[in-house]
Amino acid sequence: MSDTAAAQPAPKSNQVLRDIMGGSVVISILAVVLALIAGGILIALTDPGVQAASGYFFSRPGDTLSAIWTSVSGAYGALFQGSVVNFGATTFANAIKPLTNTLTFATPLIAAGLGVGLAFRAGMFNIGGQGQMLIAAAAAGWVGYSFPLPYGIHLILAVAAGIAGGAIWGGIVGFLKARTGAHEVIVTIMLNYVAVYLVSYMLRTPGLLQAPGSNNPKTPAMLPSAVYPDLLGPGFNLHAGLIVSIAATIFVWWLLNRSSLGFKFRAVGQNPNAARVAGIDVKRSYITVMLLSGGLVGLAGVAQVLGTVTSGFSSGIDAGIGFDAITVALLGRSKPWGIFVAGILFGAFKAGGFAMQAGQGIPVDIVLVVQSLIVLFIAAPPLVRAVFRLPTPGVASKKKPAPKQIAVAAK
Amino acid sequence: MKLELRGITKRFGSLVANDHIDLVVKPGEIHALLGENGAGKSTLMNVLYGLYQADDGEILLDDEVQHFAGPGDAMNAGIGMVHQHFMLIPVFTVAENVMLGNEQTKAGGRLDLPAARARVREISARFGFDLDPDALVDDLPVGVQQRVEIIKALSRDAKVLVFDEPTAVLTPQETDELMVIMGQLRDAGTSIVFITHKLREVREIADRITIIRLGSVVGEAAPTASNAELASLMVGRAVELTVHKEVSSPGEAALVVRDLSVVDALGQLVVNHVSFEVHRGEILAIAGVQGNGQTELSEAIIGLQEKVLGSITLDGRWLVGMSVAKVLDAGVGFVPEDRNHDGLVGEFTIAENLMLDRSDRAPFVKRGTLQLNYLNQFADEKAKEFDVRSQGIQTPVGRLSGGNQQKVVLARELSRDLRLFVAAQPTRGIDVGSIEFVHKRIVETRDSGVPVIVVSTELDEVTALADRIAVMYRGSIVGIVPGNTSRDVLGLMMAGEVPDTITTIDTDTIEGALL
Repeated sequence: MSDTAAAQPAPKSNQVLRDIMGGSVVISILAVVLALIAGGILIALTDPGVQAASGYFFSRPGDTLSAIWTSVSGAYGALFQGSVVNFGATTFANAIKPLTNTLTFATPLIAAGLGVGLAFRAGMFNIGGQGQMLIAAAAAGWVGYSFPLPYGIHLILAVAAGIAGGAIWGGIVGFLKARTGAHEVIVTIMLNYVAVYLVSYMLRTPGLLQAPGSNNPKTPAMLPSAVYPDLLGPGFNLHAGLIVSIAATIFVWWLLNRSSLGFKFRAVGQNPNAARVAGIDVKRSYITVMLLSGGLVGLAGVAQVLGTVTSGFSSGIDAGIGFDAITVALLGRSKPWGIFVAGILFGAFKAGGFAMQAGQGIPVDIVLVVQSLIVLFIAAPPLVRAVFRLPTPGVASKKKPAPKQIAVAAK
Repeated sequence: MKLELRGITKRFGSLVANDHIDLVVKPGEIHALLGENGAGKSTLMNVLYGLYQADDGEILLDDEVQHFAGPGDAMNAGIGMVHQHFMLIPVFTVAENVMLGNEQTKAGGRLDLPAARARVREISARFGFDLDPDALVDDLPVGVQQRVEIIKALSRDAKVLVFDEPTAVLTPQETDELMVIMGQLRDAGTSIVFITHKLREVREIADRITIIRLGSVVGEAAPTASNAELASLMVGRAVELTVHKEVSSPGEAALVVRDLSVVDALGQLVVNHVSFEVHRGEILAIAGVQGNGQTELSEAIIGLQEKVLGSITLDGRWLVGMSVAKVLDAGVGFVPEDRNHDGLVGEFTIAENLMLDRSDRAPFVKRGTLQLNYLNQFADEKAKEFDVRSQGIQTPVGRLSGGNQQKVVLARELSRDLRLFVAAQPTRGIDVGSIEFVHKRIVETRDSGVPVIVVSTELDEVTALADRIAVMYRGSIVGIVPGNTSRDVLGLMMAGEVPDTITTIDTDTIEGALL
């Protein structure tokens, strides 16, 4: 009996190409590109110069086009100069300052993104970054300003307190899901409110977090012994929190790809039924992964209070990072190094967004729109594929015919 | 009505699901479409029914070319389909279901139920169905529900009826009755397309047989062809349908189940005071129509069921109430009935799936760290030993064929030291070649002295493998009979009757009864 043509596998080079083109890395990058294009259109539409020139578009279309070019290139030029290299700077230090700002903004984004991404990999949607960050910030900050301890030990204790705070706030979610089946999305959102109002209350209450002798809802400044050291000297904002974030990235990579615990997390995330049948304790995994996730998000809160804002913090200390972390984790496809790169990209948006507003008068909201569009495009890969006419992956591979030249049993 | 398919081609991406298929079904003939799962039978019928548009080729009814944009067009042209999973609404009556989608109304938009009732009665009378038009579909047995589907198709004057794997959900008796009905329909002039992968049914009822393999027609056969001939056409080579096994030499009882009951999440008693034993070196098959408690029974042994009453002991060790991990540690190997849902993580590689149930101990894990070198070496060995065909051990399991997926599950479970092996529906949805392999490994496991439980709804599989057969019906074991019990008797037992001709054998005297 002859083999039929249908069983022939596709040529290998074709398959490789399909994998690369269909892979999510390409989708992620194209999503960023698409979002930047859409953002450019918005910048042009909202620019007063473009609006003025378009009034006489039919008599002198060149004016409109050059106005569009001026506004869009100016905006993205400012975004770049505000986040990577400032070409107008006179000294090298000033020229690279934007890059260090980007890394400073990226530091908590990476840590929180890792936390959210780790939970994703175990099948949990952690929307509670805000709450976990606030609790972590409160814990780390309290240790940071209350106890005069030797250098080194104090910092380690403060960081540990922050991690513990975040881990507890996340662990509650895992515990409730494992024990009662409560959905983590609802629980995390509600715990955000609890954390916001709890921390606000403590900040307003003398004897808790409020600075003595002050009426403002703000803590005292951190003691110098509890502050992350500067990496590049006092002229830059960049602090040792970045090192911690890099270490966290390496840790999460090891955890997910090389550890038994991470293997179980991934199994639970991909197919909890099969994990259960294979003897993996799914409920315990939910608790453990939320402890770790909360701890990592807690590092972001720590980076904020011990690194970025060391003069004491108020209830806005989370700065929306808990939610941006979801975007970062999605853009990084929940892979540790992907999240690292995505965190730096979003750090650049933050650093550059301010420069864009200051230099070109373009509202910082445009950057938020671009960020949101990135998520939108990532959430809809078929849309991105349709725009760039990429082949749909998996169509051929999923229904691959069974190999049929099976060894004939001995007669 | 004569149905003709000419050069039907349907592609999904680079996969050719149907490759220039020609098929002629004459009026008043039962034409069997025989092929393995994934051969392209269902795709072809979905093209015929207007659910898919063919990339090439045409459909002719009485030599007129048809263009179906959807199932509505196909129905209007006289094509009816009896789906494998019934498309009935359980809380509607028979008459309501029959008129659904084709409602006749009286003035003011009121449904003309009396007309629908009359239609049901008229068609029932024609074929001798005993069917109450006002019965709720939910209350009817599966076989009768299928008749409602048939009546529904006939009520729209279907001249061509497509039966898609109609016997998958039926007891042997219901299957026999369906065969009679199909014969009646044929005699009344209906053209019937009968899709199946069961050789016995094809030979029993079909007038002509077309065999499809890998999307192409590979041959036609007469119903007089032997099982071996048909099977070799289906898989492209000669296969053995019987399992070679020596007479078992059972040792002492290893698994002892006493008075076991399982209550499901809804509070229903799904396994009802079941007692049996499995001896070392024997295969106990648990037969029965799907949904009679076999699934819950096997899950109870593994520790997956929450509310379990009674006792299960393996070599004296108490298993009830232990976690799944502990049960697996006690030496139980388990092949779940739905491998994609419960047995494998589709996105994981072959290698990762091979360590799925040993993810926290040596040799795969040391000090919390995965031993990837050991794992890859292990996976390479097992892939070879179990003939897993893939592009390498790093291939995601989701991309493998059903047969290869099942071999991965088997490789994982059989590469531990086992004291009990439980295989639920071990060959469901896999190709004949893999079925043979799986059966061989199950018998080898028995011969190595391990007690084996095979849960299966396929009588062919049960009779081929079993040393003893326990038949389940509505949560109870109807009886435990020797492996050579005839199909007729098993069929009756699967319907809940204990035939007088046999006496249920006492489990304690099993050795004597077998030899």
